[in-house]
This record gives sequence, structure tokens and C-alpha cells, in this order.
Amino acid sequence: MNNPFKAKIYPDPKGHFGPYGGRYVAETLMPAILELEEAYNKIGADPDFQNELKALLAHYVGRPTPLFHAKRLSDHLQGASIYLKREDLTHTGAHKINNTLGQGLLARWMGKKKLIAETGAGQHGVATATVAALFGMECRVFMGEEDIRRQEPNVKRMKLLGAQVVPVDSGTRTLKDAMNEAMRYWVGAVEDTFYVIGSVAGPHPYPVMVRDFQKVIGEEAKKQILDQTGRLPDLLIACVGGGSNAMGLFYPFIDDPVKMTGVEAAGKGVETGKHAATLCEGSVGVLHGSKSYILQDKDGQIHEAHSISAGLDYPGVGPEHALLKDCNRARYVSIKDDQALDALKMLCSLEGIIPALESSHAIAFAIEEARRRPTKDIIVVNLSGRGDKDLGIIFSSLNI
Amino acid sequence: MMNRIDKTFKNLKQKKEKALVGFVSAGDPTISRSLEIIIEMCKAGLDVLELGVPFSDPTADGPVIQKSSARALAQGVNLKTVLEMTAKIREITSIPIILFSYYNPIHAFGVEAFYKAAREAGADGVLVVDLPPEESDEMTSCWSGNDFSLIRLVAPTTPLERMAKIAETSSGFLYLVSKTGVTGSAGLDTKEIMRHTQTLRSVTQLPICVGFGISTAEDVAAVASVADGVVIGSAFERLIEENLDDPELVAILANRVQAYKEATRT
Repeated sequence: MNNPFKAKIYPDPKGHFGPYGGRYVAETLMPAILELEEAYNKIGADPDFQNELKALLAHYVGRPTPLFHAKRLSDHLQGASIYLKREDLTHTGAHKINNTLGQGLLARWMGKKKLIAETGAGQHGVATATVAALFGMECRVFMGEEDIRRQEPNVKRMKLLGAQVVPVDSGTRTLKDAMNEAMRYWVGAVEDTFYVIGSVAGPHPYPVMVRDFQKVIGEEAKKQILDQTGRLPDLLIACVGGGSNAMGLFYPFIDDPVKMTGVEAAGKGVETGKHAATLCEGSVGVLHGSKSYILQDKDGQIHEAHSISAGLDYPGVGPEHALLKDCNRARYVSIKDDQALDALKMLCSLEGIIPALESSHAIAFAIEEARRRPTKDIIVVNLSGRGDKDLGIIFSSLNI
Repeated sequence: MMNRIDKTFKNLKQKKEKALVGFVSAGDPTISRSLEIIIEMCKAGLDVLELGVPFSDPTADGPVIQKSSARALAQGVNLKTVLEMTAKIREITSIPIILFSYYNPIHAFGVEAFYKAAREAGADGVLVVDLPPEESDEMTSCWSGNDFSLIRLVAPTTPLERMAKIAETSSGFLYLVSKTGVTGSAGLDTKEIMRHTQTLRSVTQLPICVGFGISTAEDVAAVASVADGVVIGSAFERLIEENLDDPELVAILANRVQAYKEATRT
């Protein structure tokens, strides 16, 4: 595959990924963001910091996570071989911990003692609360009331870990509003508080920093697939809400002849308007500190997103994905709620793995794609999280 | 020719008065009621009007302005409506009108179309909350002349060097945020405000208006003693919220403007 696109030159020094990214925040936050950028550039490059992070990823998170050949699933589909990158097997059960550990450690090196975070599915909130406990820090997690209802087990986990969960009742009461509220809180507490953003979204340096902390997924997967099959995969698939697990898998392969597909949530179907397919259906705008694709009306008001999976229920997406889409380096598709549930059932029955609803979107597209491809093809899917947190919704949706 | 903002601050200086800058969300509680309120507020003594463009996700605003913004959106208000309102307000007053917006509504409208339409409607400038100097070229690169100002924010967290950089590329006046936090936050620290105003004064000749968390006439007098202008937003919006169904709503707002204006005369 001829790939003239050199993604590794992005972002530019001001945090722009081509026309996307940047720092669209109120002046009160600018000094904090500039301080964070400086600290990240300096501390992130320090070998002592990297060694400390590496040790924690190995002994606390349980990395490397396995790359598992889903043989029964692949045989059943009579198509390409599907390999699952098992981020669901990390401590706390999702890829989110890779990033919160990185940012939490950075906060510690910067001398900050309070963490705040927004959360949708609760996985990022749990991962932040976990790291706060590990480092003896205060933790406050903002979560929409609708998501608190949908993801109750994670709310209790966060509380058990010592975090304060702040219910957000503004707007649509989901991830977008939790992020609004976290930013509002941060404006008032910016001097001693570190804001741990959970996705490759937000103002620079968050998109690049989160990508850097998540790229361990792709680095491991690359080595593992070469070890196991002797060659690079043909296709990478990951779900995309804000896009951190997808960026983490994609980035180390970006200069390789490997195709990549991000799977967004089509909710009840894009034609119904009840979806979260930001890259597929949205338009360019500015939300939560960066320019990217967003779901909005013609007046620039943000639309409500919809997905059965709280982690994908977000009307924005990371700016680097917007660039990858425009350059045709990655392709973006969408999967409906019921397709995700079908995929979840299939993975349960054929492989004994209960995936998170978010990851089930990636599995669903992998199933479609594997059927279309010859058996010699290799697909790596990021199984970004486990489904325990979703059992309530899964049981009621499947009448179990 | 001197623009309306410069002229206003020059006149106030001659009269030894400070500017009363009033923020109102355009279209709250309804478009017609909002126009009545704003026009009476202008007549009652506002020196500068900040007209808020409602946005679905106002991340720098506290609950009071969030709700006023939501009420306006529920009336179907968009940037075009706000510009139509601006033209109507311009017919009855010559005070500067500053549009107060988040960036996305302007981005969706188109930055060039916005520049043209805003000037045609009689607006004198714009303050874009989430557009720091690092990103503002994309909006202002099509601007020319001195009849439309970009009003920039300076925060308590802004270091001196950055203050100077912001001041250098500003016109009209500078908006000094009184405290860290969202709009309408409680707890005004006049000593801190005095300190920040003096620091900012050391790097700029522009008038300095102070806002965020100012709600009583006493607050206004205290801030007016150190700054060139006092910005009131949430306090007006709170009055609107508390008196939504009161037939005297317009008079209540006008009376409050008079009380604040009195406090700016030293």
C-alpha cells in the first residue's frame, strides 16, 4: 500500500493536526494548559519518569496484555483471522488505566495533589479514582446523571476507591455535560488541581499526551502479531467515542502498510438522528477545547448524542481522527446498538469473553469485515474493555 | 474617526465616571421581552452593552448564565437573531455593543460573514470566551480598520509577560476576570482585584473593565475605584430568572442599572 501520509509530523508545536486540534479555552485555563504542556514535554521525556511508568504498567496494570487469536469466532465466520488485543484484562478492566496512570504520575511529578476527571461509561472515572488511591491523591469525578443511572456498578466502584462522584444534571446529563462541568470546576481550582482528560480530545497537549500514553496498545500488538504470525495485520479495528483506544492501537502502525477502521456508534440508526457517529455524520466545529468533527446543528449548537454504550455517547471526537479521516489514512464506519449486542452475544458464546458495549461495536464491524475477507487475512481488534459494567443494560436488552 | 468604544471611555474619563458594562443573554426570556429589557437598560444608564449569544455548552459560565442561555435557545435564538436584535438596539442607542460568544456559533456562521454582518448590524466588537490569542488569527485575519474590536480576557492566572502580549494585540478595552472560576461565582476580593488591575495597568494604556462575581452596588463602587469599568452579568440574569413572570420585569432591571450606574460615579 502506498502511503504518502506522514502522520508522525503531527501535531505542530501549537497542537494542530492540520486544521484540527488547537487550544480553544478560556484565558483562565490557558496558563495551566501551557504549564501542563511544558511539564509534559520535560517530564515525559525523562527516562526516570518513563521507567517508573513502565514498571507500573507491568506490575500494577498487568501489561503486556495478551493478543488472542479468536479461532472459533474466525472459523465460524469462514473469513479472515481475528485477533483480539485484550485490554479488557488490564487492572480495572479497560484501556483507560494506561492513560490515567500516565497522567496521574505526571501530576505527581508536577507536585499536584488533586485529580479531577469526567466520565461517561465510568471506566475513565474508575481508572482515575484507582490511580488517585494508588498515589494518595484527592479525586473528584464528574458524571452525568443519565450515565450514573446506566453505569451504577462503576459509580459504586469509584466511591469505594475513595473518589467523590459529582452528579451533573445540566444539558443532556451525559459525557459531554460531565466534561463541561469538569472544565467549569477546573477554572475555579486550576492552581492546585490536575485535570485528567480521558480521551484524545480536549485542548493541546491532551490529544497528543493521551495518544502517547495509549500507544503502548499498538506497540505491544505489533510485536505480538509479528511473533505469532510473522507478519503485519491487514486491518486494525477499534471503536471510537473520543477515540483513545483507537489512537492507541493505530498510532504505532501509522507508517506501515496496514489499513485501519474506527467504528462509531450508530445508536438507533444514523437516519433516526439518535446516534453518536461524529466522524461519519458530523461537521467541523469547536467543542471542549479543540477543533474537530462534532455533532451540531446549522447554528453551531451541539447535538445530543445517543448510544447504548455510555463510553461512545459523545458528540465530539479527537482531532487526530479528524485528520486521519480527511487524509483517508483511516476509515470510519458506524455500528448500531442492536448490531453491537449481537456481536457481544457471539463473542460470549464462541470465545467465552464478555466485551464492553463500546468494544462490541468494534467486534461487530470485525465480524462483517472478516466475512468479506479471505482466510489468509489478519484483523486485529482492540477489545478495549470488559462487559461487567454493562451487565444491567445487557440483561435488560437481551431479556435475560 | 474615533470609534464608539474609544469615544465612550474618553467621555466617561472627562466626566470622572467609570463605565457600567452590562451583560444580557440575547433572547431571554423571549426575543421581544429581551429587546424591551435591553432597550430600557440602555436608557437607564448602561455605558456598554455586552450581548450574549446563547450556546448549548457554555463551559465558562456558572448556573445562572447557563440557564439564561438555555431559555434563549428554547426560544430558537441563534446568532442571526442576535444580530437582528443588535440592529434594533442600535436604532435607539449609540452606546458600544459588544457581542459575547463562544467560538462555535461564530465558526458555524462563518468568520467572514460574521465580521460583515456584525458591523452592518451596528456591533462594535466581539468577545469570544474560548478563543485565546493562540487561536484568534483564524477569526481576525479578514478584519480591517478600527471600527470593530476584539475584546480579550485577562485572568488572575495570566502571568505578566502574557498580559503584555494580550494587551499588545487588543483594542477597545481589556476585560479583567476578577477571580478564577465561572461567571457568577461568589466571593469578591477587592484587594486582589486592585493588585491585578495595577499589574495589568503597567503593560497597557487600554481601559480595564473588571467582571465576574460582582453583584451589589457596593461591589460596583469598590471595583470602580480601581478599574475603568465594571461588568455585571449574572446579577442581571439572576434578576430576570427571579422575576420571569413579573409584569414589572423591565422596570426592575432598569432600576438596578440606575443603582449600579450611580455607584460608578465617584
